Amino acid sequence: MNGFGIIKGMIETARNFVGSYHDAQRLTTVQYPEQKLPPVENARTIPFLVFDGDDAMAGLRCTACVICEKECPPQCIYIVKDQVKKPDYVGKMQMQPKVFDIDISVCMSCGICVEVCPFDAIKMDQVFELSTGDRFGKLLLDKHQLAKPNDYFVKIHKTEASEIDVRREEDKRKAEAAAAAKAAAPKSPATPGAAK
Amino acid sequence: MSASTLPSELAEPASDHQLLEVSLGPQHPSTHGVFRMDVSLDGEMVVKLKPVFGYLHRNHEKIAEKCSYLGSIPYTDRLDYICSLTNNWAYAMTVEKLAGLVAPERAEYIRVILSELTRLINHSALAGFLLQDMGALGTPLMYAFREREKILDLFESLTGARMMCNYMRFGGCRCDLPPGWIEQTRSLVANFPSFLDEFEALLTGNEILQARTEGVGVLTPQLAVNAGVTGPMLRATGVNYDIRKVDAYGVYGRFSFRVPLGERGDVFDRYMIRILEMRESLKILEQALRDIPAGPIIDPKAKLRNLRPKPGEAYGRIEGPKGELGFYLISDGGPNPYRYRIRPPSLINLTILEDMCLGQTIADAVVILGSVDIVLGEVDR
Repeated sequence: MNGFGIIKGMIETARNFVGSYHDAQRLTTVQYPEQKLPPVENARTIPFLVFDGDDAMAGLRCTACVICEKECPPQCIYIVKDQVKKPDYVGKMQMQPKVFDIDISVCMSCGICVEVCPFDAIKMDQVFELSTGDRFGKLLLDKHQLAKPNDYFVKIHKTEASEIDVRREEDKRKAEAAAAAKAAAPKSPATPGAAK
Repeated sequence: MSASTLPSELAEPASDHQLLEVSLGPQHPSTHGVFRMDVSLDGEMVVKLKPVFGYLHRNHEKIAEKCSYLGSIPYTDRLDYICSLTNNWAYAMTVEKLAGLVAPERAEYIRVILSELTRLINHSALAGFLLQDMGALGTPLMYAFREREKILDLFESLTGARMMCNYMRFGGCRCDLPPGWIEQTRSLVANFPSFLDEFEALLTGNEILQARTEGVGVLTPQLAVNAGVTGPMLRATGVNYDIRKVDAYGVYGRFSFRVPLGERGDVFDRYMIRILEMRESLKILEQALRDIPAGPIIDPKAKLRNLRPKPGEAYGRIEGPKGELGFYLISDGGPNPYRYRIRPPSLINLTILEDMCLGQTIADAVVILGSVDIVLGEVDR
């Protein structure tokens, strides 16, 4: 019968309209500025730099190896190496960044910097609502703005961060054991050749 | 808008007619992005149609030639931004061919699952947009987007991003499925048919939709094959050509599914093909979610940084939701491709737009364009 299909369609619309009041499957949106959904664990927006301890600049894990700068597809990372070195978590002397800037107006949130970083120093943040009226200054983040503590990383990416923490703990233990063995070692042979 | 008189040999029989030239787009909301149609109208009839594109050109192919093999993957997301994961797959597959990598079985299953979910997203969104073009403002598109959101939530919990997933890598995938993901996907797949039934009850039997689509924009199989049209557009004309069946790439050979075919090649067939393909995708998803094996997700030989494939060339293609999506790469042994070329399904399917629109009314031209299913990110690159 002509017109029957339209009536059938209208029944569907009515069912959806009524359903949106009681069925969560039919009303999946939230009232955004008042209500916010928590981000999922894997969500990523822009990168940040992880630091250990309390002092952000002293505890930065970044060793200014510039792998991320080279691999970044839109080239939004800018790094200048420092002349001074500092010991990392296993006591090895490492470089540190003098300048570490990320232009988040260029960053496309792909996460390739995180993938290629061998030191777990750069990770993806979950902040959003980053809009600002200042187009040039506030969208260029320096290392002070990018540095965030490891606790924050653990908070947002729990699974990944705890795996990394366990691995670093292990490395540290091994390094300390190696250092202790090295400290103990020269005494036993007591030959000038072994001290080298 | 400008009125002009064509020379008499170009004009239709009644040569004293004035033709009206209308420029539809690039900001016209029904042109699916920044696409322009220069249409010459005789009254309401289209007598000439010239597609104009290039407004979204971003030099993707040249950038990829300056970028490492890894660095191009996030750019491929932005080709067809509704289906980023199938773009990832086509590119990863081509690099795998070039570098001689083999993705492990689990990764292949994950790829099949993700690309079929992407097909659901694309086809439901397309059906919504098509109806929007016909004047059903909002409702079908809203229902389609509601279901799309649920799939995007799955993508976000797996890849970290809703649209720019950047997930597949040459030799496998970037990370393993998070706990509970398979169960969530399974429940989504189980609920999806009820959405499709509802969607069809709303649309397929609707007399207005039938009147607007049946016999409109007919494409003959001969023209479709000659023009290189692929995907649902081609299958709507009745040509049985689906790369999932022809190449059986990945692990597609292991699933049983049918390829829906149209008869008349009009807009209604193109709409219907998409609905039927979604149902077949659900069958594939059920089988893949049941059979997915445990194991590694990336080839141990694959190295992401400093990949230098041996000199040579490779062409990889997959059945994207819009048609045959192919990547052609030439390596000269360096860290970036010597030549990088994409065969975008949207662009090739767009070439026959004029043939379908001639003799139709201007309102139908908009509907015909909607049924081609273009994404300008892919047309212009």
